[in-house]
Amino acid sequence: MTHIVKPAFKHPNLPRNALGFTHREYEGVVSTLCAGCGHDSVTAAIIEACFELSIAPHRVAKLSGIGCSSKTPNYFLNRAHGFNTVHGRMPSIATGANLANRDLVYIGVSGDGDSASIGLGQFCHVIRRQLDMTYIIENNGTYGLTKGQFSATNDRASKSRRGTENPFGAIDLAVIAIELGAGFVARSFSGDKTQLVPLIKAAMAYNGFALIDVISPCVTFNNHAASTKSYDYVRQHNEIVDHIDFVPDADAITVNYAEGETVSVALHDGSRIALHKISDDYDPRDQLNVLTSLRRDRGEGKVTTGLLYIDEAGGDLHSAMRTSTEPLNAYAMEDLCPGSDKLTEINAQFR
Amino acid sequence: MLPRVESQPMSTDPLYNEFVIKFGNVNGSGSASANTFAARALFRMGIPVSAKNIFPSNIQGMPTWYEIRASEAGNLARRDGIDVMVAMNPQTYERDIKDVIPGGTLLYDSSWPRQFGRTDIEILGIPFAKLVAKVYQDPRQRQLFKNIAYLGAMTLLLNIDVDVVTGLLAEQFRSKPQLIGPNVQALEIGREYLRANPPSTLPVQARASQAAAGKILINGNEAAALGAIYAGATVASWYPITPSTSLAEAFEKHTNLLRRNDDGTLRAAVIQAEDELSAIGMAIGANWNGARAFTATSGPGISLMSEFLGLAYFAEIPLVLFDIQRGGPSTGMPTRTQQSDILACAYASHGDTKHVLLFPADPGECFTFSADAFDLSDRLQTPVIVLSDLDIGMNDWVVDEFNWSKNRRHDRGKLLSSSELENLEDFARYRDVDGDAIPYRTIPGTHADKGSYFTRGTSHNEYGGYTEDGVLHAETLKRLSRKFETAATIVPKPVIYTRSTKSRLGVINIGSTDHAVREALEHFAADGQGINHMRIRSFPFTDEVISFAHEHDFIFVIEQNRDAQLRTLLIIEADISSKKLVPILNFDGMPLTAVGIYEAITLVLQSNPSVVKAISAPLSLV
Repeated sequence: MTHIVKPAFKHPNLPRNALGFTHREYEGVVSTLCAGCGHDSVTAAIIEACFELSIAPHRVAKLSGIGCSSKTPNYFLNRAHGFNTVHGRMPSIATGANLANRDLVYIGVSGDGDSASIGLGQFCHVIRRQLDMTYIIENNGTYGLTKGQFSATNDRASKSRRGTENPFGAIDLAVIAIELGAGFVARSFSGDKTQLVPLIKAAMAYNGFALIDVISPCVTFNNHAASTKSYDYVRQHNEIVDHIDFVPDADAITVNYAEGETVSVALHDGSRIALHKISDDYDPRDQLNVLTSLRRDRGEGKVTTGLLYIDEAGGDLHSAMRTSTEPLNAYAMEDLCPGSDKLTEINAQFR
Repeated sequence: MLPRVESQPMSTDPLYNEFVIKFGNVNGSGSASANTFAARALFRMGIPVSAKNIFPSNIQGMPTWYEIRASEAGNLARRDGIDVMVAMNPQTYERDIKDVIPGGTLLYDSSWPRQFGRTDIEILGIPFAKLVAKVYQDPRQRQLFKNIAYLGAMTLLLNIDVDVVTGLLAEQFRSKPQLIGPNVQALEIGREYLRANPPSTLPVQARASQAAAGKILINGNEAAALGAIYAGATVASWYPITPSTSLAEAFEKHTNLLRRNDDGTLRAAVIQAEDELSAIGMAIGANWNGARAFTATSGPGISLMSEFLGLAYFAEIPLVLFDIQRGGPSTGMPTRTQQSDILACAYASHGDTKHVLLFPADPGECFTFSADAFDLSDRLQTPVIVLSDLDIGMNDWVVDEFNWSKNRRHDRGKLLSSSELENLEDFARYRDVDGDAIPYRTIPGTHADKGSYFTRGTSHNEYGGYTEDGVLHAETLKRLSRKFETAATIVPKPVIYTRSTKSRLGVINIGSTDHAVREALEHFAADGQGINHMRIRSFPFTDEVISFAHEHDFIFVIEQNRDAQLRTLLIIEADISSKKLVPILNFDGMPLTAVGIYEAITLVLQSNPSVVKAISAPLSLV
């Protein structure tokens, strides 16, 4: 089967953003995922976030590995170049791409098999290098394309469709990311668009590595009563630690939260996150307490969501490596090739 | 008959500028720099030299050797038969003394006197350790300056210009001038001893020459790194592995000097990856995004990179990969040389894949092929693997000065600009528009609504869309096959030396074996046996390769691996009869010698006219 292109028809009264684009300019081809797949909701949230941020679609590079999640970059931003790489290796492709052109916006979409198993090494190292990208994990605890094997994010004792109990503990990618120095770490739920869209917007505006671990139930293989990655389970156990509003640059902060409960976090592009704290003792800027709190929630079977951790200072690979502010792929060859006269000097070094 | 180097000439006149010095040392003792000074000093005197570092995969304590062949005539292959052995490692005295030819000289540290049991060579003892201990107190200094002291002795023994050596010391320690004095003093320790205890004149001597005029002394990894800089490479992602590490490090060193902006930032990114998978992934990502990027590795890295090589092949992404081959299989002999990744590279990755290979023969070609590889890779939109080896990559070779034409323009191939896209009605990433099987590509962010596509390793239609249509899949594979035919028209052609148009005999080789092959064939020519010679420089094979095969009845294929991999590739890909390709193989990890080749070929020729019989029993030089 080849991919299905959406019809070009566009309602004349569709809302337009600052670039004059409607949502249609941010869409991709028709999804071939199962009806009701959580991943399609994440796709919709990415489209909404890019539309609301008025990002020029062609200035985005969208990358993925292999798996159901990794198909999704085809379903948003048709005008952006996409790269469906090999299993578990999207981070290295994203790193090279970003080194070549620091001016694009990088969105990586991965899954729990792609990031927590085969790609755990690359996942860790892209975080360690603080690559400036938004890394979205569509986490369903299962291998969908190969029909329902447990993944490494599946909780211990969670059951498969056939009733087999998972004997191993889960890898919590959000906790790993915080430990390894990710500057922006969030968890969300594909069924919670009001939480997910502002998180994606803030992640894209963040300068540095931004992770969103999205629990995204697999309707076919992991949405039954005994699963801890089902729609029902997540809805019942969702522990929301904060609500965030993403406030673009120059807009006044107008949020409806009570005084004292709202924290305003500045991002590097001038935009801000207005953070409404639900719990008094949860401050996403306090790494030590965040990790303690996440461990406690986990022990209690809660799925903690929201902006879990933010390092306001940020920082990325290019500043660490001192690469030029001009994208490397924009230099003319004359600026890169030292030329024949210089070669005479170089030859002299080897006499 | 090849004049095997068996003894020094009987004449009382010394033999000038034709000799081999071998240093036997303990690794980690700082001997490498002293030995390198000796090679560089001879080269600065104008004498062509080759230097072979035979080192262990170890930090400290194991035996290590360094051989310098000086040859006015320009014969720069490794040569057995040592004229002067500088034996500084008692662990290896026994085998080191055997290497010295009758009439040769053994220099050793006589602080601990010793009988060597050979009367046909000159044994020269200098108590280096004791002499050095009188001057230096610090144990590390004593160790280091002992090396400089034997270098000093060498200057007198071989008549190496001491001013050249002190000049080299001064350059070496330019940033630490306080070290120049003590080093010069250490040189004098060796020289003073010999002045007080003059030995008889050595039968081999150095003297100033013009034979190395217009040449440079450089290793292949540094040359390849410079080629990448001249090609405009901006991203280098790599993972440390002997013997390729120094290529990435040289690239970093030279970008720091040549690519620095006024604000201190760099027009390059050199990134040490967490493994080879990531190293090649980064290089592919950067190339996909329009930068010129490369990675460098050795055999084990090729195994790890294979999956990504298949992606770059199928998704048609440029990539330059340097494979500095070492002894395999598995971890093998990390510090020895081989040509045993030929098939692994030609067909790297699952499914039907084939890759463009370049075979540089020396650092000169490492520079030019490195630069050419980026053009070829951009033009063909496929990985280009430069197959160097440890001998070329890590040893110093004398080659012609590098040259870069002022008129040379980088060729980025079919890369569409924004304005070209603007005028294009329908962009299809994988459409063969020009009939050469090479499509047009775009890089991300070029145009607001034209030129985007989805790069994938899954099967795709002309637009890059996912497909499971078997007809489309087969068409893509066939086009990639045709693209390989296009490649055969633009890759470097072989170098052919025709000695006799009537000769039935030919030799085919690649890469670092060339000096040894040419020296051996010179001797056959002197015997009246004209053997024609073709050095292949690339894969896919060009028409010239096939013609050469047709013009000869028997062809010796000389290569450094067990399984005759180049021969296999010639049989499979150039359809050359296996009957006429006689394998001459070496896989002990040492650079080839002319004598070894001469003897192996002679053995086959002596069994003539039944050369065919020899084909069924491959000859081994091991």
